[in-house]
Amino acid sequence: MASNSYFPLGVLFVVALGFGLAPLALAWLWAKFVSPAKPNAIKNAIYECGLESRGDAWVQFRSAYYLYAIIFLIFDVEAVFLLPFAVAFTGLGVAACLSMLVFVVMLVEGLAWAWAKGVLTWA
Amino acid sequence: MEQGLKIELGKQGVFVTTVEELYNWGRRSSIWPMQFGLACCAIEMIATTMARYDLARFGGEVFRPSPRQADLMIISGTVTKKMAPQVVRLYNQMAEPRYVIAMGACAISGGPFKQGYNVLKGIDRYIPVDVHIPGCPPRPEALLHAFITLQKKIDGQSLTGEDRPRHLDAAAQGEFPVPVQGEHDLEPTSNKGVWPVPITIR
Repeated sequence: MASNSYFPLGVLFVVALGFGLAPLALAWLWAKFVSPAKPNAIKNAIYECGLESRGDAWVQFRSAYYLYAIIFLIFDVEAVFLLPFAVAFTGLGVAACLSMLVFVVMLVEGLAWAWAKGVLTWA
Repeated sequence: MEQGLKIELGKQGVFVTTVEELYNWGRRSSIWPMQFGLACCAIEMIATTMARYDLARFGGEVFRPSPRQADLMIISGTVTKKMAPQVVRLYNQMAEPRYVIAMGACAISGGPFKQGYNVLKGIDRYIPVDVHIPGCPPRPEALLHAFITLQKKIDGQSLTGEDRPRHLDAAAQGEFPVPVQGEHDLEPTSNKGVWPVPITIR
């Protein structure tokens, strides 16, 4: 077993595991035998800056937020592409201008679609 | 072990200690205060943690924004009756062992606002206070002195025996009732367990 080339790695793994677990075990033993736990209703309550928590933490977010974020992200990325395009505009050929136009028109089409679907209106 | 023998052994290069000393040394050297301020004293508390006064020299620089990780509550300023329930609840939510420093005239007695209808006349009415610092506001040196006083107090605590601290006593209660807003005042007006109501003699 000791002749296996992975043996030192195994030893290191065990040592590393012990290095992490030993302090935890010691702290747990100390707490168990020396310092008694004192749980109570106030202590175990949810921490909310000293106030009593109200309602449920499992709230649902409207999917409209998600669509809004997606649309924002698309136009955010568009701005990243538009800036170098605008800087190099005078030196560009017809092909570059056309491809950029296609790119922008596709995004505008997406926006028009979202608009038509009523994503941009909050109800 | 007696002190003389310990010093003699130390001179010979033998370091001896007890579990109690080691435990108290560990606790007093890393007191983590809770990060909250109530009023103007909090500004002095902030100054204490900054470079000029440097609370870190005593192991108290790690201000925690959660009571679960804090050992020390510094009541830095006026406790209004609106705020008192929150302060008491936060104290309850701290893990044992926990300590309280009442900083400034307001925190220890209500201070200049004592006659006010909305000011609590000392936080020690609801939670046990370890060190009181007078002053309006106390200078950072005063807070450092309170901190060192608290460290000395921790150093003197024994792990066993009748006078052992609360967190080592299974029978000692750890819950301090949170007052609620009543019609005219907080209900109850004080925690009888920690603050015996003084008898007025006329």
